[in-house]
Amino acid sequence: MSVQESKTIMQGTHLKQHYEVSQGFFKPKGLVKAVDGVSFTVQAGKTLAIVGESGCGKSTLARQLTMIETPTEGELSFEGSNLLTLSAEEKRKARQRIQIIFQNPYGSLNPRKKIGHILEEPLKINSDMSAAERKERALYLLEKVGLKTEHYDRYPHMFSGGQRQRIAIARGLMMNPKVVVADEPVSALDVSVQAQVLNLMMDLQQELDLAYVFISHDLSVVEHIADEVMVMYLGLVVEQGPAEKIFANPQHPYTRALLSSTPRIDPEHRIEKIRLEGELPSPLNPPSGCAFHGRCPYANERCKGERPQLLETPNGTLARCYGVEEDRLDYLQAVLA
Amino acid sequence: MTEAKVTSASPSPLAEFWFYFKQNKGAVIGLCYVTFIVVLALLANVLAPYSPTEQFREFILVPPGTEGFLLGTDGVGRDILSRLMYGARLSLLIGLIIVLISLAMGICLGLFAGYFGGLIDTSIMRISDILQSLPALLLAIALVAVLGPSLMNACFALSLVYLPHYIRLTRASVLAEKNRDYVVSSRVAGANSFRLMFITILPNCLAPLIVQATLGFSNAILDMAALGFLGLGAQPPSPEWGTMLATAREFIQSAWWVVTFPGLAILTTVLAFNLMGDGLRDALDPKLKQ
Repeated sequence: MSVQESKTIMQGTHLKQHYEVSQGFFKPKGLVKAVDGVSFTVQAGKTLAIVGESGCGKSTLARQLTMIETPTEGELSFEGSNLLTLSAEEKRKARQRIQIIFQNPYGSLNPRKKIGHILEEPLKINSDMSAAERKERALYLLEKVGLKTEHYDRYPHMFSGGQRQRIAIARGLMMNPKVVVADEPVSALDVSVQAQVLNLMMDLQQELDLAYVFISHDLSVVEHIADEVMVMYLGLVVEQGPAEKIFANPQHPYTRALLSSTPRIDPEHRIEKIRLEGELPSPLNPPSGCAFHGRCPYANERCKGERPQLLETPNGTLARCYGVEEDRLDYLQAVLA
Repeated sequence: MTEAKVTSASPSPLAEFWFYFKQNKGAVIGLCYVTFIVVLALLANVLAPYSPTEQFREFILVPPGTEGFLLGTDGVGRDILSRLMYGARLSLLIGLIIVLISLAMGICLGLFAGYFGGLIDTSIMRISDILQSLPALLLAIALVAVLGPSLMNACFALSLVYLPHYIRLTRASVLAEKNRDYVVSSRVAGANSFRLMFITILPNCLAPLIVQATLGFSNAILDMAALGFLGLGAQPPSPEWGTMLATAREFIQSAWWVVTFPGLAILTTVLAFNLMGDGLRDALDPKLKQ
């Protein structure tokens, strides 16, 4: 199961998403850089987790991947072809292979349609399967996600949140996708149900060789499921790398602060709690230099003036931090010593 | 809400609809009454004792219960019962046509405005604002005056007058629904705009439209009566409930039955339609199903 074995299925290069925002009649239009140059690769059958606070651009990235929004700049390739330059017909085909699961299972199922109809809709639109074949596939997936075949004729409001999320997963799988983008798929569920849904997702991944792009703010969930982790802050990647390395030895102060806020049972793995001061800065008016310098306990003059680059660290991950570059972060030295 | 029965085969949509519709007693009563009126209207030439235009000169304004005239006669000696039966044909037809035309056009325009937004939205909504800013009856009168007085033209004119209500209602619901996740997921599944508008979004916008349509039915009959009163709707000898009501005004104090029966006919029919509409809305709402 080495990284070399698996092949890249989806790749984003310098993806950007900028929005113009009107700030009033006489003021100039503001530019929000929701995603500002993000690069990543998704391996077939693996999970890439995207982590960050609200407003850091996670969901915008998810919408780019599923072609709900077209990136302002950058390249997005899927199975070797650039998604942004495909013809409408090819795009439609590619779209079937990339599906999305939404955060809120109460809003993502059409309340007027029966489960059967909801599940079969993608097939109805994209294939010329007969009604019987469609139903067979819907029933097959209903069972696959742990629901009963008699649920086929019910309406969404008759189900609990966890069941609905299972239905949403089943719908995502109807077209045999290669990549499933899951935008906070478990954060609306309570903890016991979260585990069930996560386990279901992991089982399905093994069975169907799915690649997940898993978006979350909950690091304990991410640790459970991710192979690769990408930590985002204000539209930028601040740290990126294999999950075990990031969780074992976070380099960037922001990653460290995030990790320290996750409750852990095992005292050996506890990191001293770092409390971040202040709020995520407004993306309309981002800070100069490193976007994180205002809240970073290690920031110096250089951090305020220049923007750091995403560089390889001794740990084998990528980090965007002068502190790591200059090797002046005390916690990293403590590990080495 | 017990999980007692698990139906092996799903019932047909029609059977399912009827099952939920009949839970609402009021709606069933409404449906029975409407059916009754429709049957009366269809069989008017068999059931009515006289022709609706036949004048019995020696029986002018006889009160109800008089030998041969169950509901009495009007100011020129026509049998009120016969006129009500024949009148049901016109009145129901008018209500139906006006509601259908304005509902269909209003839903389409509202969906386009809400779904596409931008210039399409602005142009549709401003035109509907202009329509709404004119007094309803005045606009209808002006339109009929241009088109020429006839029942059909009056129907078109009134449809246009009611159009903005349906546009606004539809647009408002579409705006609320179109950014919900289920719409986005349908789009990700590859649904085109047409499918998104009419199959995904529209069913979720129906509840207020059904209520508005049943209320609009009564408005249509009443406004048509007003037009008829001005000589722009149903033309005099033809029996129509609204016109009957309007022409009977002069007898309000002397012969109560001439005004009362057409009024009651309108009232009960409108009530029946509203009850039916309520039941329809509930039967079509999956959230109330078990």
